[in-house]
Amino acid sequence: MTEKVKVRIDGEVIAATAGQTILEVARANNKYIPALCYMEGLSAVGACRLCMVEVAGAARLLPACTTPVQEGLAVATSSPQLQSYRKIALELLLVERNHVCSVCVSSGHCELQSLAQEHGVTHVRYPYNYPRLSVDTTHPRFVLDHNRCVLCSRCVRTCAEIEGAHVWDIAGRGIGSRLVSELQRPWGEATSCTSCGKCVQACPTGAMAEKGWGVEEMTKKRAVVSRLTTMREGM
Amino acid sequence: MDKVKIGTCWLDGCSGCHMSLLDLDEGIVGVLKSADIVFGPLVDAQEWPEGVDVALIEGAVSSQDDLKLAKTARARSKIVVALGDCAVTGNVPSMRNGIPTRKLLERVYIEGAAESAGVPTDGVPGLLKQAEPLQAAIKVDVHVPGCPPKPDAILFVIGELLEGRLPELGSKLRFG
Repeated sequence: MTEKVKVRIDGEVIAATAGQTILEVARANNKYIPALCYMEGLSAVGACRLCMVEVAGAARLLPACTTPVQEGLAVATSSPQLQSYRKIALELLLVERNHVCSVCVSSGHCELQSLAQEHGVTHVRYPYNYPRLSVDTTHPRFVLDHNRCVLCSRCVRTCAEIEGAHVWDIAGRGIGSRLVSELQRPWGEATSCTSCGKCVQACPTGAMAEKGWGVEEMTKKRAVVSRLTTMREGM
Repeated sequence: MDKVKIGTCWLDGCSGCHMSLLDLDEGIVGVLKSADIVFGPLVDAQEWPEGVDVALIEGAVSSQDDLKLAKTARARSKIVVALGDCAVTGNVPSMRNGIPTRKLLERVYIEGAAESAGVPTDGVPGLLKQAEPLQAAIKVDVHVPGCPPKPDAILFVIGELLEGRLPELGSKLRFG
């Protein structure tokens, strides 16, 4: 039994189904809330903090991707305070690793880059971290560049939830967290990897790419990955 | 009315931002009606003059000379513009930052040298520990990212500054 509820997004009354998240309802009604770690067809983890919204009556900001709607919920999606926090979140993502757009295969097609531009991040106000990170080129067809990884875990979820192989995980804690394939085995030696490449398509930045592309050449087919879930739900 | 004085310089960068500046095409004629370029790779002056209105600085701050020039430009200019990704983010020059300077120089000039191996010391400025964006060294008033920034973004920025406004890049904001 699906219970219908009425919610208010930026003042507009919208009909939704109980159990849907704020982000799902917003997107279904052409209300824009930015997000980076969310991808349609995958479970939501609330990692990137870009979809934070103001919920009337809640003392703190809540991530739209993991907060379910309920009757009478009122949400503000783009107050000046939210815009300022989103800008900070983007700046912190940019300083954490080495995001050098000018030499990146995904420049021009990168979700982090377009979010930064969209939010008016002309520069970052924090010191850069400049970590020394490796690039895993051991897979015959794909490459993993840790310099460009934002730990959104879309690849982890795509591999575990859609492909069912669960090659990827995130090891370590905090700023030392790293994406690992099969308990730290190089990607090319991961025996459970089916080389389907869906992780690469799901990656929002140039952290995962197909080999052989030059700067700005790697475009991703994210909708294809999302569609697999939709098609299975219909079966 | 006196013309607005523009100074430009090129720190640790590839000159691409200056190429993009030249690529304003006929737009530069309009700029030069109300401004003079008084310092930079495009003019003869040997020293950053006093009383500059707008400084366009390309490149990351990577050597002792870069740092000195950036500080001089700051002290002698009203508005400092970080022009391009290297000046704004560190960009490609900052890719060396995870490597200790000594190891970097040895790798390039000793291990990588086919002949006359040795780290040069005479006539070259000392490398700083890291190549940093301009704002890490001096106060920056306007950031114009891009590798290089598109000529229309540069023309817009100069135009706004000549009109006495601080430019808001809006849809012209672009990294890479």
